[in-house]
Amino acid sequence: MAAVTEAPPPLAPTAPDDEPPRGRGRLTPYWLLLPGILWLLVFFALPVIYQASTSVQTGSLEQGYTVTWHFATYWDALSEYWPQFLRSVLYAACATVLCLLLGYPLAYLIALRAGRWRNLLMVLVVAPFFTSFLIRTLAWKTILADGGPLVGALGTLHVLDVTDWLGWTSGHRVLATPLAVVCGLTYNFLPFMILPLYTSLERIDPGLLEAAGDLYARPATTFRRVTFPLSLPGVVSGTLLTFIPAAGDYVNADLLGSTDTRMVGNVIQTQFLRILDYPTAAALSFLLMAAILLMVTVYIRRSGTEDLV
Amino acid sequence: MEQYEPGRLTATPRRGPRGRRPALTRRSLLRASAGGVLAVGGLGTLTACGIPPAGTTRGVTATTDHSDREKVVDFSNWPEYIDVDASGRRRPTLETFTRRTGIEVAYTEDINDNDEFFGKIKPQLAAGQDTGRDIIVLTDWLAARVIRLGWAQKLDPENLPNAFTHLAAQFRDPEWDPGHAYSYPWQGVSTVIAYNKKALDGVEVTSFSDLLDKPALKGRVGVLSEMRDTVGMTLLDMGKDPAHVTADDYDAAIARLRKAVDKGQIRRFTGNDYTSDLTRGDLAACLAWGGDVVQLQADNPDVGYVIPDAGIVTSTDCLLVPAGARHKTNAERLIDFFYEPVQAAALAAYTNYVSPVDGVKPWLAKIDKSAADNPLIVPDRTTAAKSHAFRSLSEKEAAAYEAKFAKLTGA
Repeated sequence: MAAVTEAPPPLAPTAPDDEPPRGRGRLTPYWLLLPGILWLLVFFALPVIYQASTSVQTGSLEQGYTVTWHFATYWDALSEYWPQFLRSVLYAACATVLCLLLGYPLAYLIALRAGRWRNLLMVLVVAPFFTSFLIRTLAWKTILADGGPLVGALGTLHVLDVTDWLGWTSGHRVLATPLAVVCGLTYNFLPFMILPLYTSLERIDPGLLEAAGDLYARPATTFRRVTFPLSLPGVVSGTLLTFIPAAGDYVNADLLGSTDTRMVGNVIQTQFLRILDYPTAAALSFLLMAAILLMVTVYIRRSGTEDLV
Repeated sequence: MEQYEPGRLTATPRRGPRGRRPALTRRSLLRASAGGVLAVGGLGTLTACGIPPAGTTRGVTATTDHSDREKVVDFSNWPEYIDVDASGRRRPTLETFTRRTGIEVAYTEDINDNDEFFGKIKPQLAAGQDTGRDIIVLTDWLAARVIRLGWAQKLDPENLPNAFTHLAAQFRDPEWDPGHAYSYPWQGVSTVIAYNKKALDGVEVTSFSDLLDKPALKGRVGVLSEMRDTVGMTLLDMGKDPAHVTADDYDAAIARLRKAVDKGQIRRFTGNDYTSDLTRGDLAACLAWGGDVVQLQADNPDVGYVIPDAGIVTSTDCLLVPAGARHKTNAERLIDFFYEPVQAAALAAYTNYVSPVDGVKPWLAKIDKSAADNPLIVPDRTTAAKSHAFRSLSEKEAAAYEAKFAKLTGA
């Protein structure tokens, strides 16, 4: 594989194999890992343990909370908020598919056809990150405004009649409907799809594509049999990087949605900040994590790749 | 072919012939760290966590006051809630205060949402630590909670002579802070009905019922995500006084709102962001805060407001000195300073909210004649008579009410 010849192991195996490093040298890899492990411990493991504990506590703000192993919180949260869970998964899945449909051609163009424009185009993909997430989402309120040109055009073309009928929009408007939330999610997470796709596509050896042509494969066949399979790691990591944050997002649903588009992230926010029901908020977070973990595991297993770049 | 495995961290790609040391692979590392995490965070630690009762820190309020040595005061406020000069960089009233007293004001606009801000300072207050702030501005219901939890410092009346004399009658002695032992009002906020004339397109709006019922406004009505404002306006519209709300009244008001939500009448539950929706015309009519409406009107002539006959909900944003604050005396001097009618007038002329200071009107008239005559800034007798505050709720009631309201908003 091309990657192998280009990137040999960073430390060439020149040292004699039968003489492993002694003493402190044995521990060097672990010492090097220490900052990472500490970071994980402080910013991931400890909060997770704390949240796990919170989710099985009962009490109130004034009386304080004690661990009572009240696992019913999980069941109550799930039976109360399953519609929001389902909606989060659905919206995130829609956004991921849209990102893939929009991102793949763009990544393909940049990686294989853009020539000297490649760097400029990559900058343009990343450029939105220079402004804040919130500002970018708020901009969509102007783009999709009821009296705006886009919604006006969609109305004239009778697109909104169709989406109204499908239940994606209502009352001939886009804002404060499911469609607006999915649009916002797609827009906000599109770069996370494009970047890994680009990396995957860019490292495909052009020789392989030429060889396919030499063997009389038509362009479509070349894409189906060579390009796409080789870009699969990018597709997998792109979909994961899009789906996972999109499922937990609450900003898009909050700013672009309405009461019937609230996602599980909104529920967690409300439970934690407004109702001050910390156990339910923690239980919901855990359920979300578990659901995503499960889906991701199944997905990776089925896609048959462990390389995520 | 020898595959390069990025997960392999050893210097030797193959295991040594005598295999003295197994290679450290990604898998073994993951296994090891998962085991480590479990060992550290064994179930025992789960039980050891727990959140102590919030009220136990009542004793901590006696903090040493460093005001004599440190001539500063840290003031946390909401955005655009203090007067700014034409250049937008200087705050004239604060500068006057510094000139007169020699106390520097470190002013931060870091409060955007009551609930969010409470979530932010709660851990420090609960641990009895200094939040780094000497004055914070909280809406009355949250101020009441903070006082109840013992997280506010008792104010010294000797340092507040102006505040004592000039506090307007309608702001005096709230049930949750008798005699203003812990808090003083910063500005009063009235919840009114705002509309965009162009978007209304001839539909007449005079009451909250119009917003909830008129089919012409379907999907173009906004209500506030502050529970007390939205439910309070509904209660008033139903002829109930939010100052004496019962559980049954509350449920009836929620049911009334639920009907409007299910019909698709209500577009969104908004925070401060209703302002852009209203000027753009995406919202034809909505519940809005008085000061915002005055500012919006100045920018957009299509925006107007209605004070419904059924009445309006008022709330008060209050100044508090949080527990652990290092400069209580300085903070008290700043509070008292804003109770001089001249300073209060300068403030109200900019924020356009209701000033809690008596005698502010003549000074305000000197700065801005129209502001002094605006009932949203200086309430006349009819407006004052229509104003109703939401009853102060116990923690248990508040949780139950908020939960019902949250369900209405979709989560």
